[in-house]
Amino acid sequence: MSRWLRRALFALVVVYLLAPLVVVAGVSLNPRQVLFFPPEGVSLRWFGTAFTDPGWYRPAINSLLVATFAALIAVSIALPLSYVVWRYRVGYARVVMAMGLAPFALPPVITALGALALWIVLQSYGRPHTVVLSHGAFLTTLPLATLTVGLQNLNPQLVEAARTMGATGGTVFRTIVFPYVRPYLLAGFVFAFVLSLNEYIIAYMTVGFTFETLPVKIFASLRYGYSPVMAAISVLFFAVAVALFALVGRVGDLPRLLGADERA
Amino acid sequence: MSAPTAGPAISSPADARSGDGPWPHVLLAWPTVALTLLFLVPLGIIAALGFFRRIQAGFFEVAFVTDNYARALDAFHLERLAVSVVLALAATLVTLLLAVPFTFLLTRRPRARQVPYLVLVLASLSLSEVIVAFAWSLLLSRTSGVSNLLVALGLMERAASWSPGLPAVLLAYVFIALPLAILSLYPTFSRLDQELPEAAGTMGATPLAGFLTVVLPLVRRAVAATGALVFIFVLGAYVIPQTLGRPAQWTMPVHITDQAIMKNHLPLAASLAIVLLVVSSLVAIAIVALGQGRWPRLALPGRAR
Repeated sequence: MSRWLRRALFALVVVYLLAPLVVVAGVSLNPRQVLFFPPEGVSLRWFGTAFTDPGWYRPAINSLLVATFAALIAVSIALPLSYVVWRYRVGYARVVMAMGLAPFALPPVITALGALALWIVLQSYGRPHTVVLSHGAFLTTLPLATLTVGLQNLNPQLVEAARTMGATGGTVFRTIVFPYVRPYLLAGFVFAFVLSLNEYIIAYMTVGFTFETLPVKIFASLRYGYSPVMAAISVLFFAVAVALFALVGRVGDLPRLLGADERA
Repeated sequence: MSAPTAGPAISSPADARSGDGPWPHVLLAWPTVALTLLFLVPLGIIAALGFFRRIQAGFFEVAFVTDNYARALDAFHLERLAVSVVLALAATLVTLLLAVPFTFLLTRRPRARQVPYLVLVLASLSLSEVIVAFAWSLLLSRTSGVSNLLVALGLMERAASWSPGLPAVLLAYVFIALPLAILSLYPTFSRLDQELPEAAGTMGATPLAGFLTVVLPLVRRAVAATGALVFIFVLGAYVIPQTLGRPAQWTMPVHITDQAIMKNHLPLAASLAIVLLVVSSLVAIAIVALGQGRWPRLALPGRAR
């Protein structure tokens, strides 16, 4: 396709993906409590508010805690599962794998409703561990996907060679498999972490306002009064995501982590 | 990212054998317990809940009644279901029309050049639906939106508000779906032989003809799988139709959440969810089937497999 056409399409996609953020960033700079774009002036006071107003930084801390533990759970499920499916022939492993991949084949609202129903039945609705566990299971799909790609790229002959030279299963895992999949593990962790940080509907249906996360707080503000502080928070969120993914790109080869084949 | 639907074959080391001892089962214990409890059991509870009886106080008792399904399938909810499916299909179509050529052209670039685009796509994908809804409501508002830009350019008389409404919902749907579609198409497209389109060009095909006749037939399964993934994702979105839509655009998730949280009618919410699940699965299966070869034949005879 002609170069001109390619440039037009790339520009369209980039503008489409960035336009909302440009407006949000502009609005966050308004010195007064208005949502003008272009802003009336330039002030960073709403970024200050985000860090000093407990109404905003408490949900932020809650979100960071949930995302950290949820991503750890997601990885703790995905790593042994993807390893067993790759390494052994165990009949039901494929079934468990399907359960790990299935959340993304369900409309998100159904996953959330399932979580709500589960925690009501177990009488722990509203407790912080509910959102951590439900996020963890829901987001397992992401490290599962990156680890599966990673293991696919790992040359089986390496394992075979180690075996021939007398390495046990544990040694093979420690010295060959784990070092090899580490960047994929990190990428999967980061995906799960960032998506948990941003997830709304499951958090709303498991803990709601009793353990308010940032998306739940933003949504409440969306309904009961806009403020430039929401824009400031959104900018910070986007910055965190860009920084983390850029870090993953720095540590590992991003195209390969996302499934491009092995090629220099 | 393609794994959820594209389901790549998993390569195993050639030496997999029986008699591995208890290790595989020990390793699988936690994933099995966790996913059964947190994924399978909740689905089972929803399936059962749809038949339970609501008690006035807001909770429910075990029973076998069909009133919930009768309400979930009444004229009002069927219309909402139809609106949800049509909106999600429209968003899926627009998303694919953008994502397929974009991802193809992106994967033709040198790897290092791709990274900034991939970071942007990943960051957009992770952006909370809540933030997306907020951003688009600003972008389409009277005080801070694009209409001001059009006024400044002399293309419009005065600034207007385009949110809430149908265009706002569709624009935001495509916004959340586009990064997902790009990442889902990415593995297939980047593994595509770099020389194929060139070969088509050498043999006299225009770039567009080469893309349609050589590339598209090779990737149609991935495109269909991506379409199904995007469709389900958009169909299940709650915040966007709730915030950017008028009641006419309120989809099933809005009504499911409304019943579950505001009206405390979990059995009705559950039966609505099951109806949505069945319909979304059927449409997704149909989309995947389209990719299995019941497309109009774009390929030339004797194409490479």
